Amino acid sequence: MTPAIAFDQVVKSFTRADGTVQAVLDKVSFSIPTGKTTVIAGGSGQGKSVTLKIILGLMPLDSGRVFVQGRDVTGVRGGELEKLRSHFGVLFQGSALFDSLTVFENVALPLRERTSMSEEEIHSAVAATLAQLELTGHDEKYPAQLSGGMQKRVGLARALQLRPDILLFDEPTTGLDPVMTREIYHLFARMQADFGFTSVIVSHDIPKIFNLADQVIILNRGVMEVFASPEEIQWSEKPHIREFVKTTMGDIYQSHLVEK
Amino acid sequence: MKSNHLARLGNSGLYVLADLGRMAIFLLLAVRGLFRRPFRFHELLRQIQFIGVGSLAVIFFTAASTGMVLGLQGYYSLNKFGAEGMLGSAVALTLIMELGPVLTALMVAGRAGSAICAEIGIMRISEQIDALECMAIDPFRYFISPKMLATLISVPLLTAIFDLVGIAGGYVAGVSLMGVSPGSYLEGMQSSVTNHDIRLGVIKSFVFALLVVWISAGRGYFVREIRGAGFGAESVSRVTTQAVVLSSISVLIFDYLLTAVLL
Repeated sequence: MTPAIAFDQVVKSFTRADGTVQAVLDKVSFSIPTGKTTVIAGGSGQGKSVTLKIILGLMPLDSGRVFVQGRDVTGVRGGELEKLRSHFGVLFQGSALFDSLTVFENVALPLRERTSMSEEEIHSAVAATLAQLELTGHDEKYPAQLSGGMQKRVGLARALQLRPDILLFDEPTTGLDPVMTREIYHLFARMQADFGFTSVIVSHDIPKIFNLADQVIILNRGVMEVFASPEEIQWSEKPHIREFVKTTMGDIYQSHLVEK
Repeated sequence: MKSNHLARLGNSGLYVLADLGRMAIFLLLAVRGLFRRPFRFHELLRQIQFIGVGSLAVIFFTAASTGMVLGLQGYYSLNKFGAEGMLGSAVALTLIMELGPVLTALMVAGRAGSAICAEIGIMRISEQIDALECMAIDPFRYFISPKMLATLISVPLLTAIFDLVGIAGGYVAGVSLMGVSPGSYLEGMQSSVTNHDIRLGVIKSFVFALLVVWISAGRGYFVREIRGAGFGAESVSRVTTQAVVLSSISVLIFDYLLTAVLL
């Protein structure tokens, strides 16, 4: 099956204030299978969010190629870029809800702007999504009136409105308490079962997020390591992966794998 | 040591060039956004309400104060030469060609320009603009171009109101308080103000409106790229200050240039 997303020898570097150049992604290649959940993990500043931005065409790459559903989308612009983005739904780290719009208006926004649906159809579509995400009754509230977890759910509802093929999650549980984090992960799993999208989750919340993963990509100092399953990581002989497992997961990792 | 200074100078030069390039592209995209469909007419009206109607009070107050001061000072100066009859002409020409467009633009820069910059800057740092782009919604068509058009519509109208209120203020000070003849005030004004003078004022108000909204919106949009702006809320506050200062200075520079070219 054609992978949902593939990177081929992608290089992305940044120039620091002192003029030195730092490669965040150094000839990175990987592919993300369709319909599965891939977790991109790594410490802070390792290029996780950069990877997402490159996938979405929000950031140009220095060299290499990016494929979405088998199509080379490297450097696409204008209408082609808008067409590419219509394949994606994104849940941002801070939810990125529009402060001046109500929950209903936030979720209805992509339908109003991107489709020719009537207001009546939009109302019923939004109501159905809000019900699926247990947000019924909150549609007239503004984002500032919601808890962090509810804001995430509204963000997810908005991302799902156009029925994307691929859903990207940028640090989806940042700022949430453990109970809310577990609830959000259950919700992801349920939504993926309902909608059948491909998930790409960028997270540093490593032990918990691995329970959702079909494939794990670890980013470390610009280099990527792809693992077919979370279990494979703990058997890796590579010193930097062992170090990564030790520093980021410790004992918790074992217990979470057992849970799964 | 010397080469370090040169490198820093070159680096700064490159940054300025890149910034100018970014701003030029921003303007082109904002203009393109005006022609993309569906046009958000309701958003345009909302922005005219905020930028135009919302600025009426400050414009009215500034214009009345300026007109009255012009009336008093004009009377004081002209009286020395026995030319009080020229007061209407002096007040009207000063307001229509110079103070009306400039002070209106400065007031709008302080009141609406700062708000536009802060709003867009906050939308940028909270990823709301990224969210729009990811939903394949052009942020320029969606909210930047309506702000630009609303400013281009509002500022010339506010300038016209400024001129009228200022002339009325000059009338109150010169005629009602200092005893200049009403006929000579109005007659002097009518005989000296030409279509060319009014055209100069209108052109200035359009150019100033464009400068204010372009710089304010652009600084907010590029809040992450601006050197030394810092991060988070602090970066928004810094670029907002920068936007007001830059747009005010640009208005004053372009005022001189336009006067020199068009007078």
